[in-house]
Amino acid sequence: MKEMTDNRSVSASAARWGLLLLAALFVLLPFWMTVLGGFKSLGELRVSPLGLPRQWDATAYLDILSSSMTWQMMLNSVIITGFTVALVLIIASMLAFTFSHIRFAGKQYLYSYVILGMMFPGATAILPLFIKIRDLGLLDTYAGVILPQVAFGLAMSVLLFRTFFEQLPKELFEAALVDGCSYGRFFWTIVMPLSKPILATVGVFILVGSWNNYIFPLIMLNDQSVYPWPLGLMEFRGQYGAEWNRILAYITVTILPAVAFFLYAQKYIVAGLTGGAVKG
Amino acid sequence: MKSVDIALDAQRSGRFTALKAWLYRHNTGGRLSTLLLFIPPALMVFTLLVILPIAESGVYSFYRWNGFIALSESGRWVGWQNYQFILQDPVFHRAVWNTTKIVLISLLIQLPLAMMLALSIASKSSINSLFRLVYFLPFILADVVAGLIWRFIYDGNFGLVAAITQMFGLDPFYPLADRAWAFNAILVVVVWKYFGYHMMIYIAGLQSVPNDLVEAARLDGASRLQIIFRIKLPLIMPAIKLSVFFSVIGALQFFEMAMPLVTAGGPSGSAHTIVTYLYEFGIVRSRIGFGSAVAVVLFLACAVFAFFYQRFVMARSSS
Repeated sequence: MKEMTDNRSVSASAARWGLLLLAALFVLLPFWMTVLGGFKSLGELRVSPLGLPRQWDATAYLDILSSSMTWQMMLNSVIITGFTVALVLIIASMLAFTFSHIRFAGKQYLYSYVILGMMFPGATAILPLFIKIRDLGLLDTYAGVILPQVAFGLAMSVLLFRTFFEQLPKELFEAALVDGCSYGRFFWTIVMPLSKPILATVGVFILVGSWNNYIFPLIMLNDQSVYPWPLGLMEFRGQYGAEWNRILAYITVTILPAVAFFLYAQKYIVAGLTGGAVKG
Repeated sequence: MKSVDIALDAQRSGRFTALKAWLYRHNTGGRLSTLLLFIPPALMVFTLLVILPIAESGVYSFYRWNGFIALSESGRWVGWQNYQFILQDPVFHRAVWNTTKIVLISLLIQLPLAMMLALSIASKSSINSLFRLVYFLPFILADVVAGLIWRFIYDGNFGLVAAITQMFGLDPFYPLADRAWAFNAILVVVVWKYFGYHMMIYIAGLQSVPNDLVEAARLDGASRLQIIFRIKLPLIMPAIKLSVFFSVIGALQFFEMAMPLVTAGGPSGSAHTIVTYLYEFGIVRSRIGFGSAVAVVLFLACAVFAFFYQRFVMARSSS
């Protein structure tokens, strides 16, 4: 308290608040303009992009929400993301388990090999990947997007799982093995139930990445009926050109699920998205 | 006849017993079967769809090929020609410079800003968690959404830029269509989207700094700045190194956010990054060979960076 009466502290505290509020304004202003822009007429948007709408006009929102295309794309995204998350959780945790609990020759090399994947963005492989997916006959299918997303999500997931598994007490496994429990059963009945936090962390990491992913669907999908929402958004933008009120409404509709999910699962999202650097 | 059969059987069962003994030794607790079941799925997907394509990029990069018919039929070997072209193309130079600019902006503006905010709101209180929530919000958006929102902000007829020019009675200004401004405008979006992410990494580090250390220093008369520079920053070096690593890798793969902001690399290709260049000249124009050469250059940049960063920056913290 005594500190606060100090002049320098007062000005430091004012500067601190100034910085915090300025940064918040920088972050929130685009959100404000986007959400409200969807309620304005195009004419009003042109003369007052910042203020509240004079007349709240929900037509743009209703048009989007009543279009079956919107829901089809959301459904496509749910399918693609659902399968991607499920596949990564299963195969990455299995591989990570062998690294952390089973001794075998060449383990360290195999681990380094998989971790290599963390350094290379999807773009380095995109052209051959396109040709491979095409030759497999998977263009314009969900699988054509799911498989590359799974493949590029593996490295980070294996790393996170392995770190977690290695922190499990070793006595747990020794006790189980003495009781005649096999590795497989140990994994499914003991390790997995204990791994809920890491499953959530990795799950969120993969979920957000897959839900927001644009590059793989862009390359692999041409048929609008299988588009996930980011492609749908860009398509909509192409279609409506400068009708910004409609586009802003569409953006708002697509970010609502993300924001709701974020508020709901904040702890795991922060842990998952910062790659486990932040413990939930 | 019979005796031969019996002899063979004996031999077989002998082998079988040996196999059983071997299995008994190595397959305790189903060890081998677990390995055979748990390793291949992830390993195959990873090899087939990550490692193999990267290697194939290396092969394709020596061909002129549109990718429609098999490489052996329609590809033409051109040696180093694709690479020569890339290295001489001023648009590619611009793309590399822009990618470098993202790194510079991250190091000079974004990360210091994230650190200042992290230091201000690392302590636990409800108002601080509200600020944290707000700053982190842009990060959960898809890159294409962030790009599209800012496409609106920058629109000379509708957005914030329009509001400002109208307020001062100026002519409409289109930053994204201006050679000098386009990429700088994109850099603002990068900071907007990612500073909260880096701030979160720093906050995690700061929260693990022991409180009594800070208290002790304060009692010894250390100033606020001394506490920050002598105690807090050195202690959270691992978090800083991690966020720098993510910044650089993120800059190298920067693509999705640029897509809604500028078309085909912006005004005369001035806003290209390495990956938008790859997309525009490799994929859009169906030049698989050329695009693959760009991918190889990108791959090398990632590999060289990751190697040196691990070796000389990350490794030093553990000793």
